[in-house]
Amino acid sequence: MERPLTQHIPPSGAALHLKEYEAVGGYSALRKVLQELTPKEVTEKVKDANLKGRGGAGFSTGMKWSFVPMNVTGPKYLIANADEMEPGTFKDRWLLQGNPHQLLEGMIIAAYAIQATQAFVFMRWAYKEAAQIMTRAIADAYAAGYLGKNILGKDFQLDMQLHTGVGRYMCGEETALLNSLEGKRATPRAKPPFPQVSGLFGKPTIVNNVETLSYIPHIMNNGGDWFKSLSYTADGGTKIYGVSGKVNKPGAWELPMGVTMRELLEEHAGGMKAGLRFRGVLPGGASTDFLTDAHLDVKMDFAGVAAAGSRLGTGTMVVLDDKTCPVGFVHNLEHFFAQESCGFCTPCREGLPWTEKILLALEQGNGTYADLEQLEIHTQLLGPGNTFCALAPGAMEPLQSALKYFREDFEQHIKDKKCPYAHH
Amino acid sequence: MLSAIEIEQITHELQQVPVKKAACIEALKIVQQQRRWISDESVADIAAMLDMSTAEVDSVATFYNLIFRQPVGRHVILLCDSISCYVMGYTKIKQALVELLHIGYGQTTPDDRFTLLPNACLGTCDHAPALMIGNDLYRDIAIADLPQILDQYL
Repeated sequence: MERPLTQHIPPSGAALHLKEYEAVGGYSALRKVLQELTPKEVTEKVKDANLKGRGGAGFSTGMKWSFVPMNVTGPKYLIANADEMEPGTFKDRWLLQGNPHQLLEGMIIAAYAIQATQAFVFMRWAYKEAAQIMTRAIADAYAAGYLGKNILGKDFQLDMQLHTGVGRYMCGEETALLNSLEGKRATPRAKPPFPQVSGLFGKPTIVNNVETLSYIPHIMNNGGDWFKSLSYTADGGTKIYGVSGKVNKPGAWELPMGVTMRELLEEHAGGMKAGLRFRGVLPGGASTDFLTDAHLDVKMDFAGVAAAGSRLGTGTMVVLDDKTCPVGFVHNLEHFFAQESCGFCTPCREGLPWTEKILLALEQGNGTYADLEQLEIHTQLLGPGNTFCALAPGAMEPLQSALKYFREDFEQHIKDKKCPYAHH
Repeated sequence: MLSAIEIEQITHELQQVPVKKAACIEALKIVQQQRRWISDESVADIAAMLDMSTAEVDSVATFYNLIFRQPVGRHVILLCDSISCYVMGYTKIKQALVELLHIGYGQTTPDDRFTLLPNACLGTCDHAPALMIGNDLYRDIAIADLPQILDQYL
């Protein structure tokens, strides 16, 4: 089984530095691209592969690049979104710490495709080790002539900067990320105009996830048919999946896109810890709908998880076991979303703290049946179309599905006037 | 007043950006690096240097979780309180920290050694529960590990 993204990262997770990366074929894709392909051909190749964004939304990467106007003068920007902050998500950390040059090579090729001259890695503050590794990788890439002026002797130049953030979930939303990079509060922007046309400092900008960009060198070397052949399903490639919670072997694995949830949970994560039963899972991070044991054979690709009523999201799952209170679990999630709301639009700013308070009251045995109705109403009012960005609708996904699948737990808290679980 | 080193570093950042206010977050990081936190005076000093209003700088400073607008101790403990750490029992780690340090969230020990803060997901969920102190990440922490971890920070 091929694992293009992670095959060269040692089990220790230690970083592959420049010489080691070059020794396994690193930067050969960039060389080939600059010698053989026009920018448009690079974009076409990514489009043909049908690479879908790995940050959560699953939009076609080649399509996104093709929206960048090519006949304009002035700067354009390429940004790697390394602000991994979706609770339960720890996949990009592996790539950032283990293979920084793979990301840089992908970024340089992406920048060539859209003819950007400035690139940024926007990394969350918490990834201190990754920031150190990336700082060295950028310096090494400059010294080797992969960055700067006349890259590999060609008429193409690119500057690269690492920006480390100061903490805020909103920074992962691409337009909020742009505001943050401009030194402002990370509030989302209205779309249109889309960043591809008017992004950073009003210039055409592409923001792609780390895992997405890390795939670009491999697609350039091996082509779209190879990329599609890696997968079990119509969504091509491999995917980095992760499992956390009370399983025997929590971790992350690069596997063919479309493995079943059952294979992930039972084979790779080693099943539930002794004495615990599986109750449900957030399949792709905190802002995805719960799935339950009825969904274990769901294929973990964009269409498969969507058909089951949730989202692939980041592909990193959080498991709910039968000794953990689902109400407390969802309260924890809504506390996070309420805290991280940027406060820019009213439904999110007001609605999320309200759901958090109701859930706390329920968890502490002070809830009523009317509270459940109030929560249901919130899942509508904070749903898609009513807010400025996807934060609040994302926050409603685990809540609405918890109300559906774990209703009896909510009702028992009301009837017993206390939390029936022992873990407090 | 900003120190010479702060002014030098902010000036360097100003050379990297097309408009002055784009250096706002970097300027806040630079000053916090020197002083641990951002005082009202620092907000005004940064505003003057970046041709921004103090309100504008403050709106940025107060927006970000890791810019501190109140004094903090020499070491800030950031305890992950997000979902995987919740499932893996961070609340018991928090209780143990409170008992060891005799402070709650947002408080600093009287000797100015530690400040305890909750923090959103640290991105190491397969090794929950987790916390960070300075640049150091601690994973798979058990209550018994805490005294030894804290002893390293004077």
